[in-house]
Amino acid sequence: MEQTKLDEIISANGNNRKSIIPVLQEIQATYNYLPKEELQYISEKMDIPLIELFSIASFYSSFSLTPRGKHLVQVCLGTACHVRGAHRVLDESKKRLQIEPDETTDDQQFTLKTVNCLGACALGPIVVIDNDYHGNTRAQKVNAILAQYKSVNNNGNDTTE
Amino acid sequence: MIKLSINGIEVEVEQGTTLLEAAKFLGINIPTLCYNDGLSPYGACRLCVVEIRDGTASKMVSSCTYPATEGLKVFTHTESVLKARKMVIELHLATCPGSKIIQDLASKHGVRQVRFKQEYEDCINCGLCVRICEEQMMAKAIGFVGRGDKRHITTPFDIKSDVCRLCGGCMYICPACQLRCHGPNVQEEGAICNACLNLEPPCVDYFDDQMCYMDPCVVCEQAADRIPKSER
Ligand code: FES
Ligand code: FES
Repeated sequence: MEQTKLDEIISANGNNRKSIIPVLQEIQATYNYLPKEELQYISEKMDIPLIELFSIASFYSSFSLTPRGKHLVQVCLGTACHVRGAHRVLDESKKRLQIEPDETTDDQQFTLKTVNCLGACALGPIVVIDNDYHGNTRAQKVNAILAQYKSVNNNGNDTTE
Repeated sequence: MIKLSINGIEVEVEQGTTLLEAAKFLGINIPTLCYNDGLSPYGACRLCVVEIRDGTASKMVSSCTYPATEGLKVFTHTESVLKARKMVIELHLATCPGSKIIQDLASKHGVRQVRFKQEYEDCINCGLCVRICEEQMMAKAIGFVGRGDKRHITTPFDIKSDVCRLCGGCMYICPACQLRCHGPNVQEEGAICNACLNLEPPCVDYFDDQMCYMDPCVVCEQAADRIPKSER
């Protein structure tokens, strides 16, 4: 990102400690991860030690320090989802995407993550892709669900950059 | 001024004093690991637990972070406190058996076994290095990263930090990574050494309520040898 853009983000949120998280969120939204150079730049600009940004970025799971795919697939492994067979859903997702949790597919389309309870236990097992909640997921349904997102990409509906 | 009682002794301290400082003022020794006079208290190691009582209700708090409050009744060496401290030491030992400081604490407090899965970490996450870097060296080169069981101390992006001056403050203050215990008994399994058992206070058999404030407490033992026979 150009530095002017970063400066804009900083001035829009205010150059103070309160705005660290909003600033990081905007960078995350733009890049899908928090690049090192950007963190270094805002650390200097906002006069916040780099280690503090790094601690925050590594603490919250909504931030990522490695590039994330276009779609974030979150499989709930919380207690309620677990007893309803979430591990089978996870296994199937791993197989279909051919990645392990916290990895990204080679084509940069999907990142797989596991979460521990999304607060929607009645819908379990639940898979959240981007902002869509797919309740009552079964292993058999995983492929169809993932396909919805794949097809969008094939339409050339590219939003990055 | 705030009035409180520690082990039944009334003491008056200023607002903002911690229980640890108040106890120190009375000469009562509470073991600590993550506390350092020059740094802000952090409450990470839980070694400094004390019991505070309010009527019949009692609770355990870390004395290095708990502020003195009016009328508080504090007990620093009750049975449950000693038991809790032993447990804390045992847990630290299960994490980090190579630390001389932790091994010494174990010997001193009579920890003779580790009932937990033995790990061989170099760090107990006490945060002393993070605090000395920030508060005394004004650098902020290292910090806690990650969370839960993955929380650890490192530099940004795990590479040498631009603000680190290699002052060595972090290594100087570390209770775990520098000063290793090379005691004869530290082996791969059963990593408790206890070779420094002579640290055990010789007077405990007589005064089980820790009536002695000496630390280390072998002084009287040595003194017994030094007194000329004629004067004994
Ligand atoms: S356990 Fe999955 S939403 Fe609660
Ligand atoms: S010294 Fe109080 S918790 Fe470590």
